[in-house]
Amino acid sequence: MSLALRTFSSVKDANTALQASGTRYLGGGTLVIRAANEGDVSVSSLIRVDDPGLSRIAVTGDKVRLGASVTMAAIAGHPGLAALAPAARAVGGPAIRNMATVGGNLFAPAPYGDFAAALLALDATVVTDDGEMPVETFLASRDTSRAIVTAVGFSLPGAESFRFLKVSRVKPKGVSVLSIAALLQRTADGTVTSARIALGCMADRPIRALATEKALLGCKLTPQEIAPALAAAGEGISPITDPVASAWYRAQVLPVHLGRLLLS
Amino acid sequence: MAKVPVQFTLNGSEKAEFVESGTTLLHALRDKIGDTSPKGGCHQGTCGACSVIIDGELRLSCLTLAETCNGADIKTTAGLAESGVLHPLQRAFLDAFATQCGFCTPGMIMAAKVLLDRTPNPSREDVVEALSGNICRCTGYEPIIQAVLTAARANSQNAA
Ligand SMILES: Cc1cc2nc3c(=O)[nH]c(=O)nc-3n(C[C@H](O)[C@H](O)[C@H](O)COP(=O)(O)OP(=O)(O)OC[C@H]3O[C@@H](n4cnc5c(N)ncnc54)[C@H](O)[C@@H]3O)c2cc1C
Ligand code: FES
Ligand code: FES
Repeated sequence: MSLALRTFSSVKDANTALQASGTRYLGGGTLVIRAANEGDVSVSSLIRVDDPGLSRIAVTGDKVRLGASVTMAAIAGHPGLAALAPAARAVGGPAIRNMATVGGNLFAPAPYGDFAAALLALDATVVTDDGEMPVETFLASRDTSRAIVTAVGFSLPGAESFRFLKVSRVKPKGVSVLSIAALLQRTADGTVTSARIALGCMADRPIRALATEKALLGCKLTPQEIAPALAAAGEGISPITDPVASAWYRAQVLPVHLGRLLLS
Repeated sequence: MAKVPVQFTLNGSEKAEFVESGTTLLHALRDKIGDTSPKGGCHQGTCGACSVIIDGELRLSCLTLAETCNGADIKTTAGLAESGVLHPLQRAFLDAFATQCGFCTPGMIMAAKVLLDRTPNPSREDVVEALSGNICRCTGYEPIIQAVLTAARANSQNAA
């Protein structure tokens, strides 16, 4: 393997170095080193930043800021982030979670990106040196992104309003058949007033279930009332096919699991 | 390719080597330093056979670059036995027939060790979760789970 690693103390200098062709940022390395081990020679040079600020978790009131180098294990173990622990714990086994970063998850192609799906449901903001943008915009443009992600920010959801589900075939840990993250605001009588639902494995990256979100407005979470929202779940999806499941299978089981999550 | 210096503590002793930039820790440990206890099964993060403990945390040495470990405290299964006496986990794996071909064993033991270091009396679910990143193609897992639970009981009896 011929890979040269350079370490910078500032994001600014690293961003400049990242513009060279064949150069990639090194997060936890669970995808980028894996690709190199597999023979991917498109990357010849890796860049990392050892600024401890990138590994910081800041919870101030209901505002959360996760440095891009924060690992899934750090999130799962943080007392202030219990609402997000299920999504962080969904990523790989214990060793992977000690390495896998928030920044890397934003770039992970399906079937990966379970945590990014949670961030999409939370309407998180992705921070780079160039400024901030909604995670939805970021995900759409990530293939051409050449800026180091430094952090993500979002409002901490109330325990009742955020739900996450990952479906896999190998228990307790396996690659996603699909993942679903849902942020639901409801009135005291249970009527849905706002819904943001993100799906993993329903495209090459997390996407929103826009038709389902719309159909849920004004509904109570009962089997009868959510039926139209479940029927709309297939709109706009193009699931991946991989050794775990075909696109057809993923599309068939999506409404089933979405229904279980909404009724749970 | 330029060589870079790496220096870390391995099982309590200082190691210093020159490796090519981009060398994985697995490669450095096995082929440079001569600790062949971490195994290269998949080099893809999937099998867990290369698991080592870095600064108290379970990591995959096949996906870790050696040069990112400068100054780290690294532990491998080769460092567990003391003065020829096997570690309780190693003893339990042998006694429970939890090791057959043995290829997964060092990784399993590393994963089990970080579990027992933090959770001395784990439940069966804790053990299953802790080993969930490690694949075994021989034992069917049950003897491994039992071995970890037995080692935990042995530890707590020794501590009592
Ligand atoms: C065995 C195994 C199981 C896995 N299971 C899961 C799973 O269940 N769910 C899941 O979601 N993922 C899974 N993954 C994929 C992966 O571990 C995670 O998606 C992880 O979060 C990726 O983060 P990383 O830091 O390791 O990324 P890296 O490999 O370091 O980077 C991945 C890509 O993102 C870019 N990048 C990383 N950080 C930044 C940044 N801050 N700014 C700009 N670019 C950046 C890199 O240049 C690279 O192109 C698994 C991987 C393996 C090997
Ligand atoms: S060799 Fe590292 S996980 Fe298989
Ligand atoms: S003992 Fe052979 S792979 Fe586990």
